[in-house]
Amino acid sequence: MNMTDELYQEVILDHNRHARNYHAMTDATHTAEGYNPLCGDHYQVHLKLNDQGVIESLAFEGEGCAISKASLSIMTDALKGKTADEAKALFEAFHDLVTGQAPSKDSDKSLGKLAVFGGVCKFPSRIKCATLGWHALMGALNQSQGRVSTE
Amino acid sequence: MGLDVYTVLNDFPALGQLVHGHYPLVYLDNAATTLKPRQVMDAMNQYYRVDTGNIHRGVHQLSQHATEKYEKTRTTVQRFIQAESPDNIVFTSGTTASINMVAQGYVRKRLSPGDEILITHMEHHANIVPWQMLCEQTGAVLKVAPIDDEGNVLLEAYEHLLTDRTRFVSVGYVSNALGTVNPIDAMIALAHARGVAVLVDAAQAVATLPVDVKALDCDFLAFSGHKLYGPTGVGVLYGKAEALAEMDPVFGGGDMILSVTFEKTLYNRIPARFEAGTPPIAEVIGLGAAIDYVTEIGMAHVASHERGLMQDAQEALQAIPGVRIIGTSPDKAGIVSFVMDGAHPHDIGTILDSLGVAIRAGHHCAQPVMQRFGIAATARVSFGLYNTQADVDHLIAAVNKVREIFA
Repeated sequence: MNMTDELYQEVILDHNRHARNYHAMTDATHTAEGYNPLCGDHYQVHLKLNDQGVIESLAFEGEGCAISKASLSIMTDALKGKTADEAKALFEAFHDLVTGQAPSKDSDKSLGKLAVFGGVCKFPSRIKCATLGWHALMGALNQSQGRVSTE
Repeated sequence: MGLDVYTVLNDFPALGQLVHGHYPLVYLDNAATTLKPRQVMDAMNQYYRVDTGNIHRGVHQLSQHATEKYEKTRTTVQRFIQAESPDNIVFTSGTTASINMVAQGYVRKRLSPGDEILITHMEHHANIVPWQMLCEQTGAVLKVAPIDDEGNVLLEAYEHLLTDRTRFVSVGYVSNALGTVNPIDAMIALAHARGVAVLVDAAQAVATLPVDVKALDCDFLAFSGHKLYGPTGVGVLYGKAEALAEMDPVFGGGDMILSVTFEKTLYNRIPARFEAGTPPIAEVIGLGAAIDYVTEIGMAHVASHERGLMQDAQEALQAIPGVRIIGTSPDKAGIVSFVMDGAHPHDIGTILDSLGVAIRAGHHCAQPVMQRFGIAATARVSFGLYNTQADVDHLIAAVNKVREIFA
């Protein structure tokens, strides 16, 4: 498999073409924006957190490159039913994956479909595309706890 | 005689490399920065290996050699842009610094609240933000001449925007995002008819067409070394003698003074007055070598060579289903911006890079242009004097590969 095929795996291309959870959400409890001024990628991430702290549903809107869009599409699928803390743990595992840091065995298993982004670490200029939606999501979750989102 | 591109290829060591271990480099990002010929590196190397000395202040031989070469470049630049005298040439750190110097040193003191500065919709951020900052400082208003769907300035609208409140016009010669060559001689004449001085941002122009400041009759002109096959960190501000005489220095320090006491400082003569501190000496010398290099080839040859490649690339890209060219002015330099159905410019850039083809993807520091065309970004191909027809073929094959992946 050459470098580009490794990046643009069929799963990623499919989520780019037919993004999941790609719509507005009228009953969202949290919404945040993700914007990359360098390339103009611009999204809104919505989520509904219930009283037990579980993410009941997620959705996103906006436009950007295939990597950022597929990442949001797969992320919004993967986080349904997770708690905020579980979402944060998954982001850390995902971040390690796309920045090329050795994953712990546990995180490797938990990544599931997110593992298709393993090729991103060979494209340093594209890491921000893969993490854009996640940063927006963390921003949305942190708002409720009155904290500032950091990288 | 035209440009023998296969001879010049050998002058650019960077062209010999393989990208990602496999693909010969096809460098089509010349509007971002050009590659450098060996002659430029040799000249800078000579300064660092042998002639390292500070300028204008040493009695020793090294300083004298450095000074001679530095000042010789001033004459080289003067001839290159057809200026009247070397004293019209100020060395700066780049186009951005040149524009900011004019904004703060020349225009600022002429402004009252409600006065107007006029630019166009296709300016680079470097020719927008300094004026916005100036407007904030003075209460002046920034006016923007609109462009049409092809990327041409609407001259009639431009003329209407020249009012009795207009105090300055600053306009790009060649659009880095669209490739449009603006009718700046007409724009300058219209401004002068109302007594308004004009700065020409020639950052994208100097490497793609012959520039003649006397024929243009511009009051100021700014460009950078690194887009002209020269080093980064150096640029030029040309000013008419009377314009420079009315400009205040923005930076104070060494070398820009005649005498300093705590009571009073006398400024040095022009242009030294505008070159405070130790300048980028090696870079100025490198810029001189770069100008010698392109002059020997001939800017007219470079211009027609790049236009030819641009037209071929534009035609071939247009023939690919789903590709739309952004910027279709009949008068264009060697730049083609495009978007593609289903493939974001960022993805186009990555796939092209994986095949050895270097282009730019993004807003090209011209976000208002992107807004004008209702897009977030474009993929941009820009040609240099060393590009060949084979480069165009590689580009088209790579774009077809993008289409295969994203179709």
